[in-house]
Parts: sequence; structure tokens; C-alpha cells
Amino acid sequence: MANIIELHGIIKRYFIGKPNELQVLNGLDIEVPEGEFVSIIGESGSGKSTLMNIIGMLDRPTEGTYSLGGIDTLVQPDVVLSRLRGQKVGFVFQTFNLIGRMNAQKNVEMPMLYNHVPAKERAERAAHLLEIVEMADRAKHQPNELSGGQKQRVAIARAMANDPDVILADEPTGALDSATGRLVMDIFHDLHERYGKTIVLITHNPELAEETQRIITLKDGDIVGVRAGAGHGGRQNAAPTEALS
Amino acid sequence: MNFGDNISQAFTSLRANKMRALLTMLGIIIGIAAVIAIMTVGSSMQNSISDQMQSLGVNNITVYIQQKDDGWGRGGPGMMGAFPGQQQGPGEDDLITNEMLTALREEYPDEIQAYSLSVDVGSGSTTAGSKYAYISIMGANSEYMTANNIDITRGRFVNDQDSDGRRKVAVVSDKLVSSMFGEEDPIGKTIMAVTDSHVGTYTIVGVYQTESSDFGPTTTSDADTQTEMYIPLGTAQKIMGTDGYQMFTIMSATSVNATTFSEQVQSALGKYYSRNEEYEVSTFSMESMVETVTSMLSQVTLAISAIAAIALLVGGIGVMNIMLVSITERTREIGVRKALGATNGEIRAQFIVEAIVICFIGGIIGIILGIILGMIGVQVINSMSSGEGGDMSYGTSVSVNAILLATGFSMAIGLFFGYYPANKAAKLDPIDALRFE
Repeated sequence: MANIIELHGIIKRYFIGKPNELQVLNGLDIEVPEGEFVSIIGESGSGKSTLMNIIGMLDRPTEGTYSLGGIDTLVQPDVVLSRLRGQKVGFVFQTFNLIGRMNAQKNVEMPMLYNHVPAKERAERAAHLLEIVEMADRAKHQPNELSGGQKQRVAIARAMANDPDVILADEPTGALDSATGRLVMDIFHDLHERYGKTIVLITHNPELAEETQRIITLKDGDIVGVRAGAGHGGRQNAAPTEALS
Repeated sequence: MNFGDNISQAFTSLRANKMRALLTMLGIIIGIAAVIAIMTVGSSMQNSISDQMQSLGVNNITVYIQQKDDGWGRGGPGMMGAFPGQQQGPGEDDLITNEMLTALREEYPDEIQAYSLSVDVGSGSTTAGSKYAYISIMGANSEYMTANNIDITRGRFVNDQDSDGRRKVAVVSDKLVSSMFGEEDPIGKTIMAVTDSHVGTYTIVGVYQTESSDFGPTTTSDADTQTEMYIPLGTAQKIMGTDGYQMFTIMSATSVNATTFSEQVQSALGKYYSRNEEYEVSTFSMESMVETVTSMLSQVTLAISAIAAIALLVGGIGVMNIMLVSITERTREIGVRKALGATNGEIRAQFIVEAIVICFIGGIIGIILGIILGMIGVQVINSMSSGEGGDMSYGTSVSVNAILLATGFSMAIGLFFGYYPANKAAKLDPIDALRFE
């Protein structure tokens, strides 16, 4: 299977040329094949947030190459990176980051707005996505009327809006209790198994990481371990059974 | 994200903070309303005043003689007799003669329709039996009536036959009639007129309506009112022993530009006075007066509007201030939008559109408010002027240009004062913005 993400020799330095110059990533090589559910774990300060910003094209590495879905991203201008971000990557944040004065439906529509999807199609697709995360009955609710788990489900639906190549989840269960956290993880497994989504999960929780197919461990900017995870209930490399319409 | 999406996003965020949006708009509302109200009052006054002056005859050119500037200040009727022993008024040689009028008419046959001629006989009183009234006697030709908008209610005005025959007939005011004759028909009645230099008996042939001029003083007591009594020109000239004029009025053709024609007349008659040491000819036309008054009014309106526009500037700064606050508050939202694929340009456009929408709505409310205020202002001015006995009323005229200008200007303010905050938002680093608490 082709690699959807290929990172080679990624180095990230801050305060370049100053006395307090800091190297956060020390030349990482990571390849993620299409359809893989991979986790990146590490203590705080290990560089995993920086790595996620680079994968999400919110930040550029100081050195190295990054190809996403066959596109060499680092040579692209910012405007193109914004578009690629909207189309190829779906973000799920620890703190949900829904926009407060818009209802769930409008929040899910947001990425499509920037992808120039016509209004009617936006509404239909948002409704469909909210059904997948079982939030269809809350489509017209404002974020402050939703519980943490419900907000995160809306956020996942939003991440799926433009049918991205990769879902990038940064501590998605970090702000949730274990029961709702479980629910959210189940949705990720569902997206992975039923729709064949490539998911990169960033976490410091080893138990959650264990559910994924592969675990990459970061420490002080270096990859210190790559091993296979147990997978979802032991079912590794489950083949996608249904294409996302 | 297209323009329509931007607008709907702007409305969504304004709805989320209605009170703040309204307060932000308030500066724009007040500024626009002030400008529109002032311009409405200004253009209403301008229109009415020029209408009124037009009705007084824009094609009339008044020609008069005045003392030359002798270095003691501008000479004029008010300066006459300022020093003892100095000549009292113009002598017979200084007056405008009939020959000059004839020559002028031959020079400009198409431009000059008629001359309105008058000779001042002096003021005094009339008596008939035990009744009396104050008058000033004016000898006039028949054109004088048209040139001065004299409204004859009974009988007729003095005519050329009266003048040629030096007839002792008179046209008097309705006020004089009501105080001397009451309800009686005055036509054919005789009255005795007495001035400092003249006593005579006149037969009344006509009555004119005294119209309180909008520009002249008006008095309330009928008995004390001095009104004009018109007698034939020839009669007056005989009484005064003169056949010249201190002033006369040219009724020029409507196609003539009165302002330039009055200059031609001044130079044409000026040659008769080139050797005169004391007097020169001056002209005055209602058209140039209308132009002066209109341009003065529009300048005043413009100046006050400019002051009102300062309120608009303050409003614009208010918009910028709130946009900056709003962007700081929504830093995280901006980060999220960027993560979801928004380009810097789209973020900038979003906030500029939001500022423009605030200013546009404020502008519309301001225009409506300004028109209402302007109408009230016009009503107040009308009620004040009618309280003084004048019957002038200004129609409200709202300037369409002012409305278009105000709408455009308010949106330009949104663009101008919205650009800096919007650009600040666009340049935010998405990573920092997402971390912002």
C-alpha cells in the first residue's frame, strides 16, 4: 500500500542563530501507509506537538521533506498549504475548538466553506456526517448546549467534512472522562475500519496507543521505538468494508 | 468562501454580540445622521430661497448712481451730507437721463425688454376728511408694476397716458384703504397728499396688496405703517422739477444672462460718467444675488457638514477599536479557521466584510435618522419664521447625492478602519492562535 505520509530527515529548530537555539526534532523519518491507524506517543517536551503541527502543515520544518498524498508540501506557498490543509487533513483537537456562536451543523460545514462547496451540498454532507457520529438530533444545538463527548463527536464530523486523506487527532480524549473517551475512540475505530481512513493519533496515554496498529514513541526529538499495537480488540489491519460517500 | 458566505458569517458574528454591534454602530449612526440632517436643512433652505428670489425676478437689473470712492470710504447714499456744506445728494447733471436710456436701448434692443422707472417724491401723509395715513410717494411708469411684483386688487396701476398727461392720480395700498375708507370703495375718491416739498390732491385709480416681504422688516401696527403711494412718472418729474433718475430697473429678456448683461450695462453707461468727479454708475442683478446667496449657503452647509463628519471619523475609530477587541477575543477561532483551510486572504476578507457590514447598517440607520431630523429641523425653522409674521416655508428636499455619498462613505470607513484589524487577524500564526487562552 502506498504511503500517504512520508517524512524524511525532519529537523525543527527554534530561535535559529540565537544563543538559545533549540532543536526540537532531530531528523525524523516517518512513513504512514494509506489506511493505517498509527499513534505517536511521548512525554511532554518530546516534540510530538511540533511533529503534529508539521504533519498538519501548520508549521514548516527547518530541514527535511514532507510529502502528503504524493504532493511535496514544503515547496508550496502558504495559500496552497491552506488549501491542502483544508482538503487533505482533518484536525481533531483536545479542546474540541468548535466555534461558539455557530450550531453543530454550521461548525461541520465550516471546512467545506473554505473548500468552495456549494451551500446545498454543504448542508447535506454535514447532516450525513452528523448521522455517522450519531449527533443528527443535535445538529441545531450551539456548542455550549453540548457535553464534552458530544462536542468531540461534532469535531470529528467536522474533521471528516472534506473527506481528508488523514485525520490528525491531538489528545482527542484528553479533556473527556474515560467513558466518553471510550466512545470517541470507538468512533475513530469505526472511521478506520468502515471507511478506511488514515488516522494519526497523538497521545501520552499508552493504553489508547495500544489500540492502534502501530505505535511510534518519541523522546527528546528522536524516535526511540516503533512497534505494532494490539489493534482494536485485536483485529489488526481490518480491511475497509464500506466507502464513505 | 464566496462574498455571500462572508456576509452571512459577518451577520452570524454580529448577532452573537448584538449590544456591542449596536454600540459600535452608534458612532457611525450619529455621524451619518448629523451630516444628512445638516445637508437636508441646507439644501431645503437653498432651494426655497432661490425659488423665492427667482420669483422676485432674476432678469431684473437695477442700475443706480452712487458717489465715487473718494478715499474716505465707499461713497453712497448713506454718506451723503456727512459734512456740513457738502453737496446734498446728486445734482441734475449727475442723474441718468432719458437720452442715456434711449441710447442704451438702441445698443441692446434684444436684451432690454422694458425699463422700470421711478422717481422718489418724498414721504409724508395723506388726509381725507378726518382720516389720515402715512405714505411715501413714488412716481412710477407702468413697467414698475411688473418689475416689482405689485399685485393690483382693485382698479389699475398708473399708465403711460397718466404720465404723459401729468395726471394727478394715485395707486394706494390696501392698508391705507382699510384705515382711511374702511369697507368703502376707494376708487374715484380723492385724497390730499402732503410731503415736505409738495402738497397735492390725487384721485385714487387703483389699490395694491401690501405683501410683507420675506426679506424686509414687518411691523404689526396698521395705523403706523407707512405705505407707498404710486403716482404717474411724469407727474412726479414735474413735481420734482427733474427728468433724470437716480435709479432704474432694466427688465431683460429671459434668454439673457443677467449677471454678464449687468456688467455690459455698467460699462455702457459708465462712459457718461467718466468725467463726473462725484458720481458713477453701479448695477445690481437679482441673478447675481441669487448666485451669491446660494453659494454662501452651500459653503456654510459644507462647513457644518465637515464638522459633523468629525463625528463620523470618531465613529470609525470606534469601529476599529471594537474590531481589534473582537479579534483578540476570537484569536482561537481564527486559529481553528486556518487549521480548517482558511487562507490569510479569507480571514482578512471576513473581518473587513464584518467591519463594512457594521458601518453599512449604521449608515442606513443614520440616513433614515438624518432625514427625520432634517425634516424636523425644517419644520422648526418654518414655525420660527411664521411666528415672525413671514409666510416663507421651506419644502424639505432630501439630497439623493448626500444619501449615496453617506452610504459610500460609511462603507469606506468600514474598509479603512477594518483593514488594519483584519490584516492583524490574517497574519496570526495558526499555532499560536490555537494555543491562545
